[in-house]
Amino acid sequence: MSSMFDPIHLSRRHLLQLAGTLTAAGTLPLITVRPVQATPAMLTSAIRNLVGEANVRVGKVRLDIPPLVENGNTVPMTVSVDHPMTAESYVKSIHVFNEKNPQPNVANFHLTPRAGRAQVATRIRLADSQKVVAIAKLSDGSFWSVSVDVIVTLAACTEETP
Amino acid sequence: MAAALVNVPAKAKRGAVIEIKTLMSHVMEPGYRHTAAGEMVPRDIVTSFVCRFNGTEIFRADLFPAIAANPFLSFFTTAGESGRFEFEWIGDNGFVANASAAITVE
Repeated sequence: MSSMFDPIHLSRRHLLQLAGTLTAAGTLPLITVRPVQATPAMLTSAIRNLVGEANVRVGKVRLDIPPLVENGNTVPMTVSVDHPMTAESYVKSIHVFNEKNPQPNVANFHLTPRAGRAQVATRIRLADSQKVVAIAKLSDGSFWSVSVDVIVTLAACTEETP
Repeated sequence: MAAALVNVPAKAKRGAVIEIKTLMSHVMEPGYRHTAAGEMVPRDIVTSFVCRFNGTEIFRADLFPAIAANPFLSFFTTAGESGRFEFEWIGDNGFVANASAAITVE
């Protein structure tokens, strides 16, 4: 085996650079994907940072996100919590995490009893097919969570600028 | 440069739960991308968003590079009295943008 095909030395960048020189120079965009990626361990520690030693129960939280995403650059996401919003008992905050973006945090939303409904929508980036986790903190200090697996065809975040 | 779009109902019944939608035009450069020359593109994102009603904070968000370009946020609030919503976006490189919208509650 020649050293060129040694998997340690043959990166995707090399391959694409090779492809770039084979086609008319500059017509093929070079994609320089960095190995930067959060790990499931980083996800776990980010969640630990939020909840501390508290027990996180599954339920109450609903995460609406397309299961199959064509373009990871804008993925619509709605997170809602099935819990009343009264002065005595309400959803204090909603935290969204991911597994494989360069960093595990997506967003934190801070609500008040005056929200009326614990629901927030935004658009996010997903760098890879991965798990997205939403955790709600209630006014009584309890945590509720949901996790959704999303398949991404075209990744976001780490691609080269035009 | 910074253009905000906010969508708040002009009128609402007292006690009604209304939806507020906001969109801020911003590149949200995540800081993990490289140019063709291999240089890292520095991070430039909106890091926080606050909505206040008549001076009281009613919704706040901490945003990370995982938020898509032109950050869109939709959330809810209960219409209690007539007044003014104020929106503020704060980001990297001293980015600050504001918007406001009035509501009549009857």
